[in-house]
Amino acid sequence: MSEYPIKVVIGKPGLDGHDRGAKVVARSLVEAGMEVVYLGLRQTPESIVAAAIDEDADAVGLSVLSGAHMTHFKRVRELMVDQGLGDRLLTGGGIIPTKDQETLTALGVGKLFGPGDDPGTIAEYIRDWVRTHPRMEAK
Amino acid sequence: MAKTTTLSEPSAPTREAEFTTVSGRIVQPTYIGEDVAPADLRENLPPPGEFPYTRGIHPTMYRGKLWTMRQFAGMGTAEQTNARFKFLLSRGQTGLSTAFDNPTLYGWDSDHALSEGEVGKTGVAVDSLEDMERLFDSIPLGDVSTSMTINAPAAWIFTMFLANAEKRGIAFSKLRGTLQNDILKEYIAQKEWIFPPEPHLRIITDLFQFCTEHVPQWNTISISGYHIREAGATAAQELAFTLQDGFTYVEHAIEAGLQVDEFAPRLSFFFNSHLDFFEEIAKLRAARRIWARHMKERFGAKNPKSWLCRFHVQTAGCSLTAQQPEVNIVRTALEALAGVLGGCQSLHTNSMDEALALPSDKAVEIALRTQQVIAFESGVANVADPLGGSFFIEKLTRDIEEEAEDYFAQIAKMGGMVKAIERGFPQQEITRSAYEYQRALSDNRKIMIGVNDFINEDEELLIPILEIEESVEPNQIASVRKLREKRDNVATRDCLDALEKAARTKENLIPHMLNCSRAYATEGEITLTLIKVFGEFREQSFF
Repeated sequence: MSEYPIKVVIGKPGLDGHDRGAKVVARSLVEAGMEVVYLGLRQTPESIVAAAIDEDADAVGLSVLSGAHMTHFKRVRELMVDQGLGDRLLTGGGIIPTKDQETLTALGVGKLFGPGDDPGTIAEYIRDWVRTHPRMEAK
Repeated sequence: MAKTTTLSEPSAPTREAEFTTVSGRIVQPTYIGEDVAPADLRENLPPPGEFPYTRGIHPTMYRGKLWTMRQFAGMGTAEQTNARFKFLLSRGQTGLSTAFDNPTLYGWDSDHALSEGEVGKTGVAVDSLEDMERLFDSIPLGDVSTSMTINAPAAWIFTMFLANAEKRGIAFSKLRGTLQNDILKEYIAQKEWIFPPEPHLRIITDLFQFCTEHVPQWNTISISGYHIREAGATAAQELAFTLQDGFTYVEHAIEAGLQVDEFAPRLSFFFNSHLDFFEEIAKLRAARRIWARHMKERFGAKNPKSWLCRFHVQTAGCSLTAQQPEVNIVRTALEALAGVLGGCQSLHTNSMDEALALPSDKAVEIALRTQQVIAFESGVANVADPLGGSFFIEKLTRDIEEEAEDYFAQIAKMGGMVKAIERGFPQQEITRSAYEYQRALSDNRKIMIGVNDFINEDEELLIPILEIEESVEPNQIASVRKLREKRDNVATRDCLDALEKAARTKENLIPHMLNCSRAYATEGEITLTLIKVFGEFREQSFF
């Protein structure tokens, strides 16, 4: 696995146009040696998971500052599990209250980041997660 | 007698090798008279109220009238937001500002597939005139000014507002307020567009024309730097791209045959006030000077009202932290003070909890009180432009002005702002600045208290957090569906058909949108009707 760079698909589901964080994180992950596919705005959970399958992504990152995080993270996680990506990481960030983060963690969503978190920490988290969660079948 | 230190002497050791503003601008240890351009003293610094208005748009500024205290508010249902409006008015707020939810901002009804999970979350859901009636129920629209932060579908949300006023017997000529209606910054920063730029620009010009005739006290547009700054721009980029957007609207309206002095007095602006105190004040002073000069000298405006850059200021949401949120009260107070010293006409102060959720009643009350302390206790409102003549402020004002003029020249070479946006120029400039700022934070070259220094590891969240009830979305969906059943659908259809027909000609679309609104056509129905003619815009994604 180590000879491949970690591949991350990043998208903004729904109608939220706040893309500063998603873009800064995307660029930081590239600087940290990962391959990033940035899908941009107005994605649906379906389009994000389809892209994750096409790209054979190790991790999916959602950025949601619209308050619709419960809907989108839940739906993307369900689709990932249904479509054979249950062994990949779903992470992300936005304005997400701790209580909601806990609910999402219980549904299999990874760590979620918020204002003030350093992009370096996000890269580290993804790298550690991928290292400690080998895929069901070899890449 | 102590020896005077001169700048030529080797300086004492300093904490940093160089000192920079939030925007990365290097500042000197101090400023002296020679730093101020002779031209500034000669031409640019007459008293407040005189061209080019560097020092303010009124001779006595806040002695005559304080800025309007206008807190941006909206969440959940129309009834909930109406209650928040009344709460704010009861606490001494002097104007209203409406925040719509995402589906409304994108032109979709609450039951559209893409609206799922977003209804009422970050603003109020408005689908039709019926919601508008509930939103402003028993609020005296002829007495209190109302701002509506909406852009792509601004014109048809505004006609719902007009239809509501009409039903209540309030003359259009008595209505005061502001429609944000600034589509260019949507492509640049906030990303809430529907059509490609040209049809949007046409509708904006239609609205200028309609309001000149029928709603003369209404600010037809609020040309906004706020979102550009929040997306990561520097102070000078915010200023340059915003004013360049403004010039573009003026050019379009003139090309469409309007006289500049007919519509220019109702153009207004909206700037961010970030944490770098003096840089923000200088930016706001530069904004007035640049706008006045371009309007008079380039566009030939003769009415002094056309020269005035009147603006709303909001403190910087992106400067707030989720960590130790109470500290945000202090940040906001400093930013608000910069807005006032920069000569704003209205002001929104962010609430301490906005990096966590929409503001609670408690948090928004403190935010409003912050403005009242500045207005009534601090004494800063007693003297117009108290910092005018400061070597530092005047030098900064000129430097930011020159940086903006450089951007104008670059954009002109690209063939104008629409072309520049289409090739992603302002977007890429902003993305670069956002990344550089994040790097400065990551490297601790810039400090955010509680984030990369002075961290409280045992922090507990002690402030209340507002939650939007999950019932809002299903209720709103039921309500819009019921409306579609009970209204006169033949009349609604006729109005929508007439709108579509007009959209295929050069006819002014606002009267048709007003008819649709009167007939309770929903926002999404009007949007879909226009998409049939104008198509939809798709963005190229990059980072």
